[in-house]
Amino acid sequence: MRARILGLAAAAACLAMPVNAAVVLGDATGSYTISQAGSAIRFTIGKAGGGGFDGAFARFKGTIRIDNNDVGRSKVDLTIYPESVGTGQGRIDAFLRSDAVFDATNSPEIQFRSTSVSRTGDTTALVTGRLTARGKTFPEKFTADLDGLKGGTIKFHVTGKVLRSRYGMDVGTPLYSNVVDFDMTLTGRRG
Amino acid sequence: MQTITNTTTRYGWATIVLHWLIGIIFIGQFTLGFVMVRTQSQRTAFELIQLHKSLGFLLLGLIILRIAWRLGNAAPPLPPSVGALERRSAPLAHLALYVFQLALPLSGWALVSVSTLEIPSMPFNLFVMPNLSLPESDAAESFWASAHWYLAYAGIALVALHVCAALRHHFLLRDSVLTRMITPSSTGE
Repeated sequence: MRARILGLAAAAACLAMPVNAAVVLGDATGSYTISQAGSAIRFTIGKAGGGGFDGAFARFKGTIRIDNNDVGRSKVDLTIYPESVGTGQGRIDAFLRSDAVFDATNSPEIQFRSTSVSRTGDTTALVTGRLTARGKTFPEKFTADLDGLKGGTIKFHVTGKVLRSRYGMDVGTPLYSNVVDFDMTLTGRRG
Repeated sequence: MQTITNTTTRYGWATIVLHWLIGIIFIGQFTLGFVMVRTQSQRTAFELIQLHKSLGFLLLGLIILRIAWRLGNAAPPLPPSVGALERRSAPLAHLALYVFQLALPLSGWALVSVSTLEIPSMPFNLFVMPNLSLPESDAAESFWASAHWYLAYAGIALVALHVCAALRHHFLLRDSVLTRMITPSSTGE
């Protein structure tokens, strides 16, 4: 009896999911402005001997354009202000803002411009683009997972790994990992 | 081979090499410490501090080796020409030098262990040196930073006294106290 209920539930879930996703994406087409409220750009850097340190950027702006007829023509632009970095430790924040890492005075913006978006699942996509920091540009990849669409608000969970050494921010390796793990929640509002 | 260990008339190579190696690194560490806290570039300062930590752990290892060697080896007595006051004060000065050699790297280790910056220690990028199990706090960090600072200045003053005494032995008293710490072929007489 229990097995039959479970089977039924599984079948219902299988049926419901693609329909749901299709509805979601059909509704999603449009341009969104990333709002700081409801969004967060967090990162983690592993530390030798275990653990790591976490930080977040408090200020950023950007747009998401979703083209449902041709997902590949969807676009993401994101600008992060490194001056707004926060780790909960003031001395580390000052170090990150200094020319040891971000050089926020001379390079006040970190920019990401997508070059291609490809669907990888019902609600997931691989976003490839060009990341520019401290005057250096390299291609980077991020995974975007649609987290919700309600009214004119769309929400993505975005993850990706970036090698900081390429952007002239290799200070502290190998004490601190060269890999920066990004974990972002981007909420966009239509228009 | 026989010149490695100490005898009752001279120092052996092991003592001599450890003495000068530790002396050079000790003075280098003082200079590095002085410079690194005054460096404007945060990146350079960070790297100098990591080098200072690496050298500090090396120093601690060498000092433990040196104390073990000292305890297991005879030390030649001072030449007969040395006066009574010096005969009594020299061992005290040497004991104080050993205390500072141990206390300085240990206080530095305590400082990085309690620091709220939680920067790991990785001597010469070879391995992760665990922290001492001391609770971290801003108060503990500033305490150990001050302790390390005072010990460094007191230690370098003691080293200066030690150098002056050695030079006095060599140039004024004209005895073998300095030269016997340079080569085993210089005996106590």
